[in-house]
Amino acid sequence: MVLPTFQPGDDPGPDFASLARRVGAVAPHPGGTGPSFEVTHGTTCVAVRFADGVVMAGDRRATSGNLISHRHIEKVFPADRHSGVAIAGAAGPAVEMVRLFQLQLEHYEKVEGSPLSLEGKANQLSQMVRNHLPAAMQGFVVVPIFAGFDTARGTGRLYQYDATGGRYEELDFASTGSGSLQASTVVKLGYRPGAGRDETVDLVLRALFEAADEDSATGGPDLIRNIFPVVATITAEGFARVDDAELRARFETIVDGLQWERGGVEGGGVA
Amino acid sequence: MTAPFYVSPEQLMKDRADYARKGIARGRSLVATVYEGGVLLCAENPSRTLRKISEIYDRIAFAGVGKYNEFDQLRIAGVRAADLKGFSFSREDVDARTLANQYAQMLGQVFTHEMKPMEVEILVAEVARGASGDAPAAVDQLFHIRYDGTLVDQTDFAVLGGEAEAISERLGSSWTAGMDLGGALTVAAGALAGEERTLAPAELEVAVLDRSAPRRCFRRVEDDEVGALLGSA
Repeated sequence: MVLPTFQPGDDPGPDFASLARRVGAVAPHPGGTGPSFEVTHGTTCVAVRFADGVVMAGDRRATSGNLISHRHIEKVFPADRHSGVAIAGAAGPAVEMVRLFQLQLEHYEKVEGSPLSLEGKANQLSQMVRNHLPAAMQGFVVVPIFAGFDTARGTGRLYQYDATGGRYEELDFASTGSGSLQASTVVKLGYRPGAGRDETVDLVLRALFEAADEDSATGGPDLIRNIFPVVATITAEGFARVDDAELRARFETIVDGLQWERGGVEGGGVA
Repeated sequence: MTAPFYVSPEQLMKDRADYARKGIARGRSLVATVYEGGVLLCAENPSRTLRKISEIYDRIAFAGVGKYNEFDQLRIAGVRAADLKGFSFSREDVDARTLANQYAQMLGQVFTHEMKPMEVEILVAEVARGASGDAPAAVDQLFHIRYDGTLVDQTDFAVLGGEAEAISERLGSSWTAGMDLGGALTVAAGALAGEERTLAPAELEVAVLDRSAPRRCFRRVEDDEVGALLGSA
């Protein structure tokens, strides 16, 4: 292996994706007419803005058709110190996209000596989703959410995408995946501008809980196996995962409340 | 008719080495030293934008002296090589030794085959992981690469630049193993300055590879902190 060097007119600059393509480190898109099998895209991820930044959360289930193929996959990742990305869609390409995106941001920061602006990061992701369009047309759709703390403006910001790379900044909350309808309804009803961290974490947990209740491809909290959604806060202090002990306690409170509200009758019916 | 003119290989290499050395001696020097919490890099550099010290990877830093455009080109090549390797394999597989070898190959190649040798001296530093479980702590490594591709590895301190010998001597007399950050910085800045002068924080570029950091260990030490550290020791 030799050091990758380029002529001045031919230099890829701080763009890692283009460098990786140039040296053949990423496989080109195979082309063709797409798989004969069905690719399912079950997931629920949400991001909600709160007083100090953003809360992001995603369930842990991966499905193949009507089978649960994985119970503790992660769909929320740190993109860099002050931003995170959540994914819905075909797991393989989505995870690969996140890996390339994380490296793209880090590579830029190291080569240029300063990080990209939050807007710049959001646009980078948009280009990656756009480049993925041929695979999306074959059924391997990837639809991310990007959220972060804008250190220049001192506020949390959220971006939603579509499969063509369209990038839409949302003001208060964003969601993606098969359970996003249920989740965003819960967030919409419970959202309060300027809410604190604890209130917002409870809100996203409730949103994921209701999504899992209605959507078979979204996993709920698994108190037996100790599997909980990935929840992270992104504030001026950076990206921080909320630990499982705290999530368990919050879920127990939610479930207790629901049991009291909804009750249930002997024999399994609903009161 | 003029006689075709002959230069002996010895003379040719000596001329090139002198040329490179002169170029390097025009710039200011740099010191890297191991301390209790990791690796400290300290350069005499009044600029806050044109850096001599920078991050390559999670546990690896780069430092260069001499001609800025030349060592900056090497720095970027290093970042690219490290990021590509980490992307193709795993983050753990990126190490300073491989990178130092690649740099040495490149500098050696340029020195013997190109018109002009590179007027740079560079350093690739890697901070070892702390002891965990049964695995003992590894040793921090400083790879010093000269303009002609000579590669030297050191585990205590390294000095780059025109006045390397004098600075090395000063540093050697005051350096001890296991210094804290303040102590190491005071010794490094003292060695760079010499007896006649003292260097203000604004004239120093300081960065550390912090062993205790979870992933990216590289951190710049800003002027306020440099002032406090120099004052405290």
